[in-house]
Amino acid sequence: MNNTAKIIIVLTLLTVISGAVLAVLDSYTKPRIEAYQNQLKNAAVAEVLPQNVKVESTEKEDFTYYTATKAGEVVAYAFQVSGGGYQSELVVMVCVTPDFSEIIATKVISQVETPGLGTKIENDPTNKEHPTWFMDQFKGLKINPTITYVKNAKPSKDTEIQAITGATISSAAIVDILNKQIKTAKAIIGE
Amino acid sequence: MKEKTAIQELVKGIWDENPVLVQLLGLCPTLAVTSSAENGLAMGLAATFVLLCSSFLVSMFRKMIPGQVRIAAYIVIIATFVTIADRFLAAFVPDISKSLGPFIPLIIVNCMILGRQEAFASKNGIGRSLLDAMGMGLGFTFTLLVLSSIREILGAGTWFGMRIMWESFAEWGVMSQAPGAFITLGCLIAGANWINARRKA
Repeated sequence: MNNTAKIIIVLTLLTVISGAVLAVLDSYTKPRIEAYQNQLKNAAVAEVLPQNVKVESTEKEDFTYYTATKAGEVVAYAFQVSGGGYQSELVVMVCVTPDFSEIIATKVISQVETPGLGTKIENDPTNKEHPTWFMDQFKGLKINPTITYVKNAKPSKDTEIQAITGATISSAAIVDILNKQIKTAKAIIGE
Repeated sequence: MKEKTAIQELVKGIWDENPVLVQLLGLCPTLAVTSSAENGLAMGLAATFVLLCSSFLVSMFRKMIPGQVRIAAYIVIIATFVTIADRFLAAFVPDISKSLGPFIPLIIVNCMILGRQEAFASKNGIGRSLLDAMGMGLGFTFTLLVLSSIREILGAGTWFGMRIMWESFAEWGVMSQAPGAFITLGCLIAGANWINARRKA
């Protein structure tokens, strides 16, 4: 057998076996990983919505949103928004008032930003008293006309938040995702 | 060179040829994930798993893999085991998987693992390769555990999440950041060299 044929056979066999092993493994781990993601998502929905409400999920145009009602009246909508951060996809659960004018709460579902910098959007270990200060700034934040951010200063307007020092791009990405996708959600839910 | 005994083959990775402190290999995960002892240990064990499995296969097929494509073949083997480790962690210990983030998939480019295939497993029998991989893996895990323990204790006042420093201890924030990793690693390497120099003298 000449050498070229040997190279082709060995590499082909290796990659085929590798692919097969991974495919089998994936069929075992995928349901578990998905179950965990769902669990995170449900926990996030429960966390962002107000207490003691009836939650109903609706699917419309491939978009799932959760309606919270209290005594027959809609008190909040919750839905998932996502987009590119600094180096990973940011997935955030957001809850807004029924007229889409104010954010009630937010929660980061998944992010793989730079450890120690971008990850502060979810948990800032350098702020001992309030590690979730960044996302908590969105509580009660007005959405219109647009949400903006400031650097190294306290927010002065009711549509403004403070960006994380060293993670401006991750901070700006969250603001941008919220600005764009809350409007999209409003259009879909409002129909 | 004198043939090493089986025990020497295993023990050399822990100190004399320690992958991090002596060979300075695999420094990217060493510096990046060692902000907490839990992460350091998980990274060490994941890398050890990949190293053991890859060394086993590379050594077993060392006579069948043509020389020109050996690196490509090693990478496929290593990548397969890294993916197995990554999916496994994501499915069974999602919290650790989350905090290690992209560094588990990045084990693929860990020079320690590729280095052992090229320098050892491709030239030695299965038994010796497994001993070598075990020793290197233990050395890597041990170093990461020491490094991450120092950083977590000084940087956060905790060890494996438990508070162990006294109440009024002011955490050295820098230790849980990137500079803390470089400073601690530098001190460890200096310490290892100092001890080795004294042993030789």
